[in-house]
Amino acid sequence: MEKILMINPEKCTACRRCELVCSAKHTGEFNPARSRVSVAAFLDENFYMPLVCQQCDQPVCMEICPAGAISRDEKTGAVAIEEAKCVGCRMCMLSCPFGAISYIPEEKKLVKCDLCDGEPECALFCPWNAIEYVEADQAAVAKKRQVANRLKDALKEVRV
Amino acid sequence: MFGWIGQVLRVDLTKGKISVEKLDSGLAEKFLGARGLASKILYDEVPPQTDALSPKNKLLLFTGALTGTGAISASRYNAVTKSPLTGTIAASNSGGYWGPELKFAGFDGIIVEGASEAPVYLWVEDGHAEIRSAAHLWGKSTHETEDILRGETDPDAKVLSIGPAGEKLVRIACIVNDKNRAAGRSGVGAVMGSKKLKAIVVRGTGGIKVAEMKAFRDTVLDILKNKVKPNATTGVGLPAYGTALLVNVINAHGIFPTFNFRTGIFERANDISGEKLAETFLVRKKACFSCPISCGRATVIPSGKYKSSGEGPEYEAAWALGADCGIYDLAAVTRANHLCNELGLDPISLGSTLACAIELYEKGYLSREQAGMELKWGDGEMLVKATELTARREGLGDLLAEGSYRMASELGHPELSMSTKAQEYPAYDPRGAQGIGLNYATSNRGGCHVRGYMISPEILGSPQKLDPLTTKDKAAWTKTFQDLTAAVDSAGICLFTTFAIGAPELADMLKYATGIDYTVERVLEVGERVWNLERLFNLAAGILADKDTLAPRLLNEPMPEGPAKGLVVKLGEMLPEYYKLRGWSDEGVPLEATLERLGLA
Repeated sequence: MEKILMINPEKCTACRRCELVCSAKHTGEFNPARSRVSVAAFLDENFYMPLVCQQCDQPVCMEICPAGAISRDEKTGAVAIEEAKCVGCRMCMLSCPFGAISYIPEEKKLVKCDLCDGEPECALFCPWNAIEYVEADQAAVAKKRQVANRLKDALKEVRV
Repeated sequence: MFGWIGQVLRVDLTKGKISVEKLDSGLAEKFLGARGLASKILYDEVPPQTDALSPKNKLLLFTGALTGTGAISASRYNAVTKSPLTGTIAASNSGGYWGPELKFAGFDGIIVEGASEAPVYLWVEDGHAEIRSAAHLWGKSTHETEDILRGETDPDAKVLSIGPAGEKLVRIACIVNDKNRAAGRSGVGAVMGSKKLKAIVVRGTGGIKVAEMKAFRDTVLDILKNKVKPNATTGVGLPAYGTALLVNVINAHGIFPTFNFRTGIFERANDISGEKLAETFLVRKKACFSCPISCGRATVIPSGKYKSSGEGPEYEAAWALGADCGIYDLAAVTRANHLCNELGLDPISLGSTLACAIELYEKGYLSREQAGMELKWGDGEMLVKATELTARREGLGDLLAEGSYRMASELGHPELSMSTKAQEYPAYDPRGAQGIGLNYATSNRGGCHVRGYMISPEILGSPQKLDPLTTKDKAAWTKTFQDLTAAVDSAGICLFTTFAIGAPELADMLKYATGIDYTVERVLEVGERVWNLERLFNLAAGILADKDTLAPRLLNEPMPEGPAKGLVVKLGEMLPEYYKLRGWSDEGVPLEATLERLGLA
């Protein structure tokens, strides 16, 4: 069964540890600016959410890439950029609805989440499971339960 | 360099000159960074007799070797300067995002010297810096300042600033970063204000290298999964209730200072507890950079006269603004705490100074006319008003702005100031925890719990339980706690990690981050070195052993009730032993052999 990164914004504390471990694994340095995952922290509104590639079923980036450099990794299901084929046109970056692909000017390279070859560092280090690496069908069940819980609480408030 | 970046920014505000200097790797190895390294530089560059609010004082903002790395809770920077409150060396540390961002921008620290004629702010971006006018920001709150400056620079920039309190040279003003994190104590905000420096804005896209990435990663993962998360305090208590989970615990031990330390039990303690906050204004828990503990409290008062949003109160603030003033209206306490963040005030010193003022008023030493308003225990509205007045030095606020010791001395009754070396105590009455009393008396920045948190062994039983009511072994424990804390602060990680880890884990993280062979012994030696250096600064500033004491109330008036009933602090039983263990003379001066051993001779 394919696994996916499930994001639980309500569990995020905006500590940004995911950015640190991601950059360390992929660049050898602690550098949030080079992380494949970023926490969008709306501190005044008390809303924090890790943003990362959704590894879409029909990836816009893959469709739009003129060099055919983007394909799906069969083992992990990750949408992957093949460096040797990439021409650096950045169409993938422009078209991604989640802003999940970044361009590194110094290296003339486009980078995105590769699910760490099936062992995502961000999920391993997240202290509160705001990022989890779970079986795709479990993820749906868990999400449904969350939504149901919220609805239940909302109804409780309305009825009072 | 590994761990450290290797560069320091020097900013001369008198000349408007900025330069970049190499970090001295030898000093970095000996002092780690943050509190230690910045204290060393201050000691070398600023004569200890310097007037704290003169342009000759310097303000150092330094990160540690671990700040911004993936180490546990490695978010801290220290603001180091000569304190306008105590006259001692000041080192106030803060978390949030600002410290790590400074390293990503290519600097381990900033040395600010001189003073500007007109208000300015500093903009630091990836290895460059410039001084810009802050005329449009003067008078603004830290929150307004931060929003405006992000608009002017970069939406991802991190901002450190002072509020109106720092501008008005309030001696209990703090430096605020990321809106609700503060280098809170010893009036460091007033030093920044004296330099007319409103803010430092930082944006960095660089990285931090560590020497042995794999070993470093595995060590941190082990600490996270096997130590911090399973620990009852760091994994459960602090995340759920924040530091204010201590309110009921400390009150139950009868050492929750109430009515300006007249007693140690507050009848309405639960009303200002972390549990109560969780039921009422808590929206969610919030973490500093890289921290798995997340003790931060995002709080919103949704309606009513105190409607506001922000963070906290933390334990010490809930106590100072609450119990110490006899106040149990959590909305008023929370609002006052939000105001402290926005206006740039230290809530511990503010609350304690107000409590002192109430007692002075009650005893007739402070008249209705002098105060300009009625002062009474338990009045939440008075608290919120006093907070605003203090930040602007208006009316009663001009008195409170001097801190309790100067205020009470001015009114002829310094004995009613609950302070050591003119800095107000935090939220533990030492009559029922003798070791914390010794720590208060000997702390290098005056009344303070986070120089040597003896509450941990005496009350919380970590790493082992000591009898809080006796003085036995307290000198040795206090010394060890003070040394370890100095090392933790210098490394750039949060002191709260020490509920779950100790010197061995710190040594491992430092070793793999820097590539230098740090061991438990070396780490504690760094701490001891920092402690002695701070002591040398204070002695040279004229603050001698006679100031290693406590407020007369704690030494002479027995605790009236509770588990510590009848006790005073037996400081005389602990202090000589402490000096001896430290390798100091009977006059509290480090012996030549001690300084030589620590490389300070």
